Amino acid sequence: MSLIDHNALIGPYPFRRLPDPTPQRLIAEMDRLGIERAWVGHVPSIFYRDVAAGNDELFAALAPHRVRLLPVPAVHPAFPGWPREIARARAEGCPAVRSYPSHYGFAASESAARELAAACADSGLELVLTVRLEDERQRHWLDTAAELIGADVRALVRAHPEVRLLVTAADRALVEEVHFGATPEEAARIRWDVSWIWGPPEDHLAQLFRTVGRERFVLGTHFPFRLPESALAKLELS
Amino acid sequence: MNRAAPAPLVDVHVHFLHDRCGRTDWETLNARRLAVGERIGITLHVGSILGSFGHTSPTYFPSPDDVTYGNEAMRAIEAAQAQRVRGYTTVNPNFTEHAVREIGIGADHGLTGIKLAASRRAGDPLLDPVCVLAAEHGVPVLHHVWQHRRGEVAGQEISDALDLTELAARHPGARFILAHIGGGGDWTHSLRALMDVPNVYVDLSGSGVDRGMLELCLECVGAERLLWGTDLTMDTGLAKLRALDAMGLPAEGLAAIRWKNAARIFRLSAAVFAAATQDLRPKT
Repeated sequence: MSLIDHNALIGPYPFRRLPDPTPQRLIAEMDRLGIERAWVGHVPSIFYRDVAAGNDELFAALAPHRVRLLPVPAVHPAFPGWPREIARARAEGCPAVRSYPSHYGFAASESAARELAAACADSGLELVLTVRLEDERQRHWLDTAAELIGADVRALVRAHPEVRLLVTAADRALVEEVHFGATPEEAARIRWDVSWIWGPPEDHLAQLFRTVGRERFVLGTHFPFRLPESALAKLELS
Repeated sequence: MNRAAPAPLVDVHVHFLHDRCGRTDWETLNARRLAVGERIGITLHVGSILGSFGHTSPTYFPSPDDVTYGNEAMRAIEAAQAQRVRGYTTVNPNFTEHAVREIGIGADHGLTGIKLAASRRAGDPLLDPVCVLAAEHGVPVLHHVWQHRRGEVAGQEISDALDLTELAARHPGARFILAHIGGGGDWTHSLRALMDVPNVYVDLSGSGVDRGMLELCLECVGAERLLWGTDLTMDTGLAKLRALDAMGLPAEGLAAIRWKNAARIFRLSAAVFAAATQDLRPKT
């Protein structure tokens, strides 16, 4: 079976050293773990004001590796020129775009978010959201962006009837809150990665497979923040 | 997965449940831990029970009655699973006489280690009688730690590595285990604090699987003071085990982390590991 990592990133992080967060290292890890392809975002784009410049860096870094590493550029829907980033993502054949409401300073319920959802739906791009980058208990004192909460996800999935969401780094409680706080039609447009869900003995992932449905979950390693072995280990043990 | 244990493996941070924890699935969870342990290749689980885990007194401030019941339950599990389970004796140092008595009862049953939760800050003198007994019995103290204490949190009187080093300095004859380096908080703070503290070991357990953590553990503490463990998430323990394998450590370093350090500080007999060691022998 061909494995696809739906939640990988490259690039340095301002608050902690991430060992070798490069495309080359990502590919080496994928080879080691039997992962065929990865959807790849760009860590600095989370912190740049001008996200387009970050996307330039992402496309350039992944250019030699496009067969296996699919760029997932970032979009800041409250910053000038953002529709061009949507158009570029579509032209480049990207499967999705990423956005970070807390880091970019817009509310998931406001008009900018609705416009982003509509643009993604119209372009056939999945919208990738990130609940957290790191455990909140270890975050740097300057790293104050709020974690995504269930209300944010619900607002975005309701923002457009055809928007599709991939929510990464969510835990069991958030998945359940959103899944059962959505209509079946809305829930069917949300996928979740497994990077932050507990395995055995509490078996949160196995429980979610039973209650939410295995088909709603995708492999996500959260590289370069987390050991990529972790996502595979919990799938294996669940 | 390679189901056969390639070498002994000791999980130094395990929790079991009992019938008064308020969970109807307690037996299932205990059994699940042991079953997953077999898949991972765990030779020995060293576990504790923190009172009633919040059911009749707070997890991190367990009442004396709950501590006693939890320790009795832990010894019952140890007796029933003698080949693969050892138990810490849990104490709440705010109840000094009770804590001393519990350690004495534990010693009557072959004390393996002492578990301190977050009932009293690690540097507090109330912990001294517990540590004196740990040194006398030659067993380690596993201390719950919040990696870098930057304030108070609800439900715990948290300690960090600096608090633990203060205690360790007062008791150079005792060995301490800083709990779950991946269990929440800034692990870089803990590891830098422990660089020159030879009687504090680090357990690798916790749900945190940050890249860079294992490298810094080796840089700051070294393989000779690292202990493998899982705590509440066995999948993350397996991930760290595989990451250690992939790092290309010398075989002796890997063996130290997997089991030899634990065998030394818990004074585990060779018989505990005989079966696992036999697995390494060439099949004829």
